Amino acid sequence: MISNLTRISDIEWEIPQSGDMRVPTRIFATKQMLQQMQQDRTLHQGRNIASLPGIYKHALVLPDGHEGYGFPIGGVAALDINDGGISPGGIGYDINCGVRVLRTNLNRDEVSQHITPLLEALFSHVPAGLGSSNIHISKQQLDEVLNHGATWAVENGYGSESDLSCCEEQGEMKSADATQVSDKAKQRGRKQLATLGAGNHFLEMQYVEKIFDEETAKRYGFTHENQVTVMIHCGSRGLGHQVCSDYLRTMEQAFPDIIKTIPDKELIYAPAHHRLCNKYFQAMSAAANFAWCNRHIIGHQVRKAVASVFPSAELSTLYDIAHNIAKQETHAIDGSHKEVFLHRKGATRAFGPDHPAIPLPYRSCGQPVILPGSMGTASYILKGTTKGMHTTFGSAPHGAGRVMSRHAAKKQFQAERVQRKLEEDNIYVKSASWRGIAEEAPGVYKDIDEVAEVSHQAGIGTKVIRLRPIGVIKG
Amino acid sequence: MNSYEYLPHTADIKFKAYGATLDEAFSNAAYAFTDIMIDHEKVDDAMEKSFSVQSENLDALLYDFLEQFIFFLETEGFLLHAIASMQINGTSLSITCRGDDHLEKYEIKTHIKAVTYQQMEIREKEKYWSVQVIVDV
Repeated sequence: MISNLTRISDIEWEIPQSGDMRVPTRIFATKQMLQQMQQDRTLHQGRNIASLPGIYKHALVLPDGHEGYGFPIGGVAALDINDGGISPGGIGYDINCGVRVLRTNLNRDEVSQHITPLLEALFSHVPAGLGSSNIHISKQQLDEVLNHGATWAVENGYGSESDLSCCEEQGEMKSADATQVSDKAKQRGRKQLATLGAGNHFLEMQYVEKIFDEETAKRYGFTHENQVTVMIHCGSRGLGHQVCSDYLRTMEQAFPDIIKTIPDKELIYAPAHHRLCNKYFQAMSAAANFAWCNRHIIGHQVRKAVASVFPSAELSTLYDIAHNIAKQETHAIDGSHKEVFLHRKGATRAFGPDHPAIPLPYRSCGQPVILPGSMGTASYILKGTTKGMHTTFGSAPHGAGRVMSRHAAKKQFQAERVQRKLEEDNIYVKSASWRGIAEEAPGVYKDIDEVAEVSHQAGIGTKVIRLRPIGVIKG
Repeated sequence: MNSYEYLPHTADIKFKAYGATLDEAFSNAAYAFTDIMIDHEKVDDAMEKSFSVQSENLDALLYDFLEQFIFFLETEGFLLHAIASMQINGTSLSITCRGDDHLEKYEIKTHIKAVTYQQMEIREKEKYWSVQVIVDV
């Protein structure tokens, strides 16, 4: 329980700087969300971030915040590129877990009518759960994937150049170096390319339910309600998890003195300019590339699956964004431009209008921000804002945020009943695991509408459209 | 007393495993860990696997030891059925266990992404050991 919270507004709170904190911690949440965050260690972890060296302005906890490792999920921090460092706990185990959205020329009615064969086709084209990849790659090819991300996929016949131009970093972080990724991580990743994985990962057929910002929606390629979209949510699989684990362990051994100065061992960081900081950043970038290649090829497989049911379907990529990553970015802070390692853990980059990193077709209105809901609930497309550039270093929430444990979920929700309830709402689910359905039941997450509303009102990511699911493939 | 128990946690899974010796507590941690994915008693006794782990301290040993089971699962499809022998000397461990590497035969309940250090505890109280772990799922 954190007792010294200051109210800034109905949706903004602050833990004032005290003790080890170098800056205050700013929280975006309704009073009710804040009370939920007080139930576990979310706010303690948010406060702990503020003790990291070289941190600018404030540590951030976004409205979908919940307890994580080191950083809370929904945690954001800007650490100076010279006086700060990188903390793997500020990125998370699933490096570049993220979301890709494709628009289609299909309508809700036709997709609803053929949802069963469509889900079957998607399920056979995209392995879910612990299933192995249909794509066999050599060790050398895996290194190429790690070094070049989605670019490798296009060169090898998956997807197109236009998919690359509508992907964060164009699907390839140039800072990647496959030699910094351990053999163990590579062994875990080799059979996992183009697979969805398990847990909260999903592939969803959705339709545009509501348009809030017509002009931006048009720019993003959404012309009318009931237009069908596809959302892919997954990450870097076992490869990314192992990269995080490897470097946490290496840093722990290399920096015993730092561990003594930090409130939580999993907040371990490599100081800027230390060779481990560079090595981790190169390995993290490689894992991020693996994830982009992963979602890119899944997008390609989705096109094939949809075409098998709707031969005249056209699918184009809206955007693909990471929500577990650290980036080298420049931000205007206290009147000057600062180079930082921007940590976003369970947070989405949300650059405002005219930022050069935004694909040209969207640049004048701000970056598309994809806010996936939990299984069976709404998702949103928001847009990045100028205000967000100043208040959250161009960051917005990444999803609904868990409020109930998996254990409690299994007790409270029965998979068959959850599925039946979803079918009553015309949402069809196909899952690699029945158990998984109960664990990811809509009731275990915060209300996505509230998360989107806080983001909208705070002006850090404003609402463009709301999407509703028609059918879900659950990992 | 139970050999292990699961404790409440919002996003992930937390457990505490017990034993009269450290070896036994670690073994029970391996069962608790496996049972998150699949009931180990339902895994066939089809093959033997031996491995050793060396780490710089006990917390790290527990972390590295459990991580091996994720690694074997994802690379070889191996699931644990029973531990035949387990020896901890200082901060090294060697284990011989039995299980099955035909993953396709089983339905995995929950997949584990990683072991974590969050709230990790290894304690001895009146000659009784307990270890606490949170895993990222």
